[in-house]
Amino acid sequence: MGNLEPVKPFPDSEEMEISFGPQHPATHGVLRVLVRLDGERIIEAKPIIGYLHRGTEKIFERETYNGTIPHTDRMDYTAAATNNQGLVGTVERLLGVTVPPRAAYIRMILAELQRIASHIIWLGTHALDIGAQSPFFYTFQERETILDLYEEYCGARLTLNCMRVGGQPFDLPEGWTGRCRAFVDQLPARIAEWEALLTNNRIWKKRTIGVGVISAADAIEWGLTGPPLRGSGVKWDIRKVFPYDHYDEVEFEIPTGASGDTYDRYLVRMEEMRQSVRIVTQCLERLPDGPVMAKVPKVIKPPKGEIYFSVEGPKGELGYYAVSDGSTNPYRLHVRPACFVNLQALDVMSRGLLVADLIAVIGTLDIVLGEIDR
Amino acid sequence: MAEQDSATPQAQAAPKPPWEEKPVAPQPQDAREHPQVREIAALLPDAVVAATEFAGQVTVAVPAERIGEVCRACKDRLDYKFLVDLTAVDWQGRPEGRFDVIYWMHRFSDSRRLRLKVLLADGVEVASVTSVWKVANWMEREVFDMFGIYFANHPNLERILTWEGFSGHPLRKDFPIEGIDTGAAIYPDVYPPGGGPVAGEGGE
Amino acid sequence: MANPWIAYLLVPLVKIVVILLTVILLAAYLSYFERKILAYIQIRIGPNRVGPRGWLQPIADALKLFTKEDIVPSRAEKLVYLLSPVIITVPALVVFSVIPFGTDTTLFGLLPQAIPPYLTDINIGILFILGVSSVGVYGVILGGWASNNKFSLMGGLRSAAQLVSYEVPMGFSVVAVLLMAGSLSMVKIVEAQRQAGVWFFFPGIVAFFIYFVCGIAETNRSPFDLPEAESELVAGYFTEYSGMKWAFYFLAEYANMVVVSSVATVLFFGGWLRPFPNVAALAFLDVIPPFVWFAAKVGFFLFCYIWFRGTFPRYRFDQLMGLGWKVLLPVSLANLLVVGLGVLLIGGPR
Repeated sequence: MGNLEPVKPFPDSEEMEISFGPQHPATHGVLRVLVRLDGERIIEAKPIIGYLHRGTEKIFERETYNGTIPHTDRMDYTAAATNNQGLVGTVERLLGVTVPPRAAYIRMILAELQRIASHIIWLGTHALDIGAQSPFFYTFQERETILDLYEEYCGARLTLNCMRVGGQPFDLPEGWTGRCRAFVDQLPARIAEWEALLTNNRIWKKRTIGVGVISAADAIEWGLTGPPLRGSGVKWDIRKVFPYDHYDEVEFEIPTGASGDTYDRYLVRMEEMRQSVRIVTQCLERLPDGPVMAKVPKVIKPPKGEIYFSVEGPKGELGYYAVSDGSTNPYRLHVRPACFVNLQALDVMSRGLLVADLIAVIGTLDIVLGEIDR
Repeated sequence: MAEQDSATPQAQAAPKPPWEEKPVAPQPQDAREHPQVREIAALLPDAVVAATEFAGQVTVAVPAERIGEVCRACKDRLDYKFLVDLTAVDWQGRPEGRFDVIYWMHRFSDSRRLRLKVLLADGVEVASVTSVWKVANWMEREVFDMFGIYFANHPNLERILTWEGFSGHPLRKDFPIEGIDTGAAIYPDVYPPGGGPVAGEGGE
Repeated sequence: MANPWIAYLLVPLVKIVVILLTVILLAAYLSYFERKILAYIQIRIGPNRVGPRGWLQPIADALKLFTKEDIVPSRAEKLVYLLSPVIITVPALVVFSVIPFGTDTTLFGLLPQAIPPYLTDINIGILFILGVSSVGVYGVILGGWASNNKFSLMGGLRSAAQLVSYEVPMGFSVVAVLLMAGSLSMVKIVEAQRQAGVWFFFPGIVAFFIYFVCGIAETNRSPFDLPEAESELVAGYFTEYSGMKWAFYFLAEYANMVVVSSVATVLFFGGWLRPFPNVAALAFLDVIPPFVWFAAKVGFFLFCYIWFRGTFPRYRFDQLMGLGWKVLLPVSLANLLVVGLGVLLIGGPR
């Protein structure tokens, strides 16, 4: 699928250009897709973004390093913990700080809980777009428990700000590990319930198998990361390849799909939730004692230099490129958002599909406009 | 990726764990002898202007006219098939070139990454690498939108994050962080100088 | 009934009023039950504010819709635009005139003489039902066209295609029942089931499933509700309708649901008969009046409608058409053949 020539099944029929406007119940935020249709077949689907651009990267240059952390929460607002993890990891590597193991394990637990929460939002909304209205409520019920755990820990449910450069701001409250353990122990049964409703359902399979196919070579060419890349069969996860935060000490698998269609990405994300449960269980068992903050100077002034660090967020590889000029504020802090790059492939994935499938493809890419537009 | 080599504690009588010591910042080192840099130098001898290694990541400075060639060689012959990020930095007032355009590439075979850096003066075009990696399309549009750097031979170099008709490049250091007047400064053909909607005023 | 004025005017008028009121009230409360049942399937509560436990919600909705501003798009084809909701609602209500709700009854001794609790029983009952409900398709097409909106037109055409395609297998499954019953009259079909001693569901199980699936598609309900889906381009053929006209469309949809359920009950589940009507051992069940049996069965089917909505994702339009033409039609034809053979071997319809 190298050339981007539009596909026209009936050469002499009229084309229609429709704008799936910025306000639409199924575009997960303010996304506009300019679709050229021939009857019901999509000839070209061009995403137009920028409706949620808030100048985050400019704001970063005005803040101190710890002060940029709340701004990262608001980028991919469904996965604040992994955003935080990426940023503090970047600054720590600029400074040469090693995070105490207890803090690293707490970060892993928070990040994996966040992965589950983000995949829950994906599952509920994706199923809702395709027409199954009930999984949304079942999944969000479990997410409430995760948000309650976050609220106990750092006071916020969504925009967490739960990490600092050098470690964690607070230690875990009393009983938190017990509640967390109780939650993840019952989660695999819930996941099985949601799967029972969808995975072997004929209608679900008809709507998702063969829809939005992208080959592994194309996925790499278009820079996809995360479940879209793994759904096409590429076994790639930053946590395994460039491990950070003691991910090399816990055991987990990387699920991959075979054919790169929506159904495979669905299975990959469901399995990722189960693997996250596994990671959280291991982390809770192995949680070491000790301080939660390293000896970091009060005023953080990294040396001059540039660095890139990325984490495996729920959407894909979330990277931060930081350039420091030796002062307290970052000279340039650029975010490599997973969704921004993934969304570019929308055109390639939806050529030749019907309009109803476009909704399924947008859902399967799992985009959050906050991260795309920053 | 970054290793913590620069922060291992010295061999002492009772070595304290690294998080209880003061952190040791990484130092930049010359990296012309680094294997990844030597691979590029072997293919294109004059392409490597400078090479630095900082915190385990290698940056190679490449002359602006040769970036297309270098990227093509990196992808086809050195197996850097994945472009992770493409961005720019504004070093306002730097004599060698105001902007840095950064290409951060990844190779699956041995999981190594490499950064190419191009020093670019204001107003100078640089070749687009969309023909090398398709993912660069939106990344270059964002760099154009935010910095005003033009990419030659880009299929559709339009603004991506700001809106059509926006005038100004927000991530340049001379663009005020408070923003600019959304009237005449952005739509000079619609509003008279100094006129137009201003934040805080009542709307129509 | 010596007095012809009573027999031919008063009694039918009273019956019409009772049936219409019941159907309209049932359609309104069906919306309430749908919201409540869907809510409990989705672990929430549903309406519980208006009236005790939300029981007055449909009244509140009806009052709101009565008092809404009547908007007519300026470039819509005015007459057709105003008539379309009527064209779709009237057939749905008219069909109730031939559906039998029970046997001759004296309403627990209130009436001097037993009267049949249905409006009439014409000898082409089921054909009348199929024919009249097909007129409703005009309401859909004309509504979509008259709105002068590109997307409404597309939605209307799609919906019309869906309705027309699913009528064919539905018709064939009904014919299978007719072979077993030997008559088109609704009352005689129920009588045939009593004589056979078994509901037609058991020999005609394939026909029942085809009929019910087609019935769901005919009423534009999940999982065949793509023309109405929110996450599609627009809301389909009734995008431009608001207020009372929209209420008419929904009244028609719920009334159609009741029609399909009632017809399924009569054709396949014995109408007002109790299970195994000729088995003496179950005679103690006769204490339950016939129309209660009828209502219970219709209620069960309505519950199934709502249950499916809360469970299944929706079919894409081409898959929906493929299902109708490529799967249901051949199966219903084959079923017809099998049932015909069976009836022949048994020695003719009962």
